[in-house]
Amino acid sequence: MAEIRNYTMNFGPQHPAAHGVLRLVLELDGEVIQRADPHIGLLHRATEKLAEHKTFIQSVPYMDRLDYVSMMVNEHAYVMAIEKLLGIEVPIRAQYIRVLFDEITRVLNHLLWLGAHALDVGAMTVFLYAFREREDLMDCYEAVSGARMHAAYYRPGGVYRDLPDTMPQYSAQHTRNEKTLKSMNENRQGSLLDFIEDFTNRFPAYVDEYETLLTDNRIWKQRTVGIGVVSPERAKALGFTGPMLRGSGVEWDLRKKQPYEVYDRMDFDIPVGTNGDCYDRYLVRIEEFRQSNRIIRQCVDWLRKNPGPVIVDNHKVAPPDRLSMKTNMEELIHHFKLFTEGMHVPAGEAYAAVEHPKGEFGIYLVSDGANKPYRLKIRAPGYAHLAALDEMARGHMIADVVAIIGTQDIVFGEIDR
Amino acid sequence: MTSPRTPEELAVILQAALGERAGPASVRLGEVALEVKSDRYADTMRLLRDHPDCRFEQLIDLCGVDYSAFGNGIWEGRRYAVVVHLLSLSHNQRLRVRVYCPDDDLPVVASMVDVWPAANWFEREAFDLFGIVFEGHPDLRRILTDYGFIGHPFRKDFPLSGNVEMRYDPTQQRVIYQPVSIEPREVTPRIVRDDSYGGDR
Repeated sequence: MAEIRNYTMNFGPQHPAAHGVLRLVLELDGEVIQRADPHIGLLHRATEKLAEHKTFIQSVPYMDRLDYVSMMVNEHAYVMAIEKLLGIEVPIRAQYIRVLFDEITRVLNHLLWLGAHALDVGAMTVFLYAFREREDLMDCYEAVSGARMHAAYYRPGGVYRDLPDTMPQYSAQHTRNEKTLKSMNENRQGSLLDFIEDFTNRFPAYVDEYETLLTDNRIWKQRTVGIGVVSPERAKALGFTGPMLRGSGVEWDLRKKQPYEVYDRMDFDIPVGTNGDCYDRYLVRIEEFRQSNRIIRQCVDWLRKNPGPVIVDNHKVAPPDRLSMKTNMEELIHHFKLFTEGMHVPAGEAYAAVEHPKGEFGIYLVSDGANKPYRLKIRAPGYAHLAALDEMARGHMIADVVAIIGTQDIVFGEIDR
Repeated sequence: MTSPRTPEELAVILQAALGERAGPASVRLGEVALEVKSDRYADTMRLLRDHPDCRFEQLIDLCGVDYSAFGNGIWEGRRYAVVVHLLSLSHNQRLRVRVYCPDDDLPVVASMVDVWPAANWFEREAFDLFGIVFEGHPDLRRILTDYGFIGHPFRKDFPLSGNVEMRYDPTQQRVIYQPVSIEPREVTPRIVRDDSYGGDR
């Protein structure tokens, strides 16, 4: 009789379904996973240590590079922690802009997740569709901050600047004739808010398209139903947050339970799953598309009617505007001090958490009164999720590991930090 | 679900539930913090999870802190601390628990893996970056740093630029480690002002 041996297999770090640089050491009995040991840290950049050597403002762009598919939400937790320690109140318009862009970011993140997850499992088209919509949302990022991804738009005390009155437009090219150019620029004639509103009108139909491709798709259901089941008790014990927790049927969303900014004024629902498998988590995220769309519309409505300041007037925290900086000695000094020495945050500690598209993203900030953080700890949701990969994958086939990585929405920027 | 409690109410409840296991619960910026003695750490945490008035089902975060350079060296307490953030879904409440490691040369605290499985990787990370040993952890390996890495990089005496750099050596035809060739440089100095700075402004 042939001897039966367990095989150890390396999965990644260059596997296309490893979502970046995950190295998985899989112990296999035939094709069945006995143990999955994720080796992480290949993208470790010591963001937390770097932040200890930078002033508070200089670390904002590092936050974009944590979870590099939901940039602004990372910044949000960071600036909220600083604001908490400083005890400053953010202008209401800035709070609405933050909620607006948090939700745009959620859609951006879920689009990438949906595309990548479907691609891993074998459905190509969804990826192409998802990237079509991402392009529009990236344009919103660009219009407001100048950068398509790493925006550095949220600042302690508010946001960098107000929403622009015009949208950038496509320019003429030899590949585009007059008519194409006109239709491409059709929804870019008004302000950024007009463009976003147009997007929210189109988006529900797009979500229907994704659902047509996947929700009742036999192959999709065979690959996701009953895979990676996590009971509500286990989900809590394993530190799951966000859609991973809600997919298991636990109704928990920081936007509802511990509302920050103006989420308490928003009308939206929290979708929850029942079975805690990959398919339920898929359904939860699809519904979050629609709910985010609702929130975006409410923010657009409010922002149209209510102009106002978008950053605090305290020049120890936020820079003065260009004009007064150039004409007023006092403002010039403020500007110089803020960008050389930086702001001093009172000694103490604070933990600020936001409902990140992936779960609870928290910043624990310890300050000793210096112009730099004493210790910055980033609580990344994906870290706790990936830690549970072993438990979720045990007893499944190799191909299911890919589905489980997909459902966890793994992004290495935040896990390795 | 019970009606939401204020942080002050939670502090009182914790005091009653924990007795002399922990120092007084403090409330700052709306956050409840608790300091636990390292010898009572394990049973206090278990109580925090199971006590009907606490019910902290989730360990949200666990991290190490090295206080040796705090406020430019005014720190007199123990050097290493482990800070845990707990979340109670049933009471919608957060709690921060801090435990100082009794020995500065060999920081050891109990592991929380038995209480919350989520602690597993967080403790591995604190071990990797700070060298804090978690007693009772089933698999205390390095997690974020390179295979064969030496030192604990988040300690305050570890240089930002590290100690070794890696490059491909064409003569030996392999990747080698060598002492770093860059000078650490600080663009913005770290400044801690005393309270009276700026006079009455």
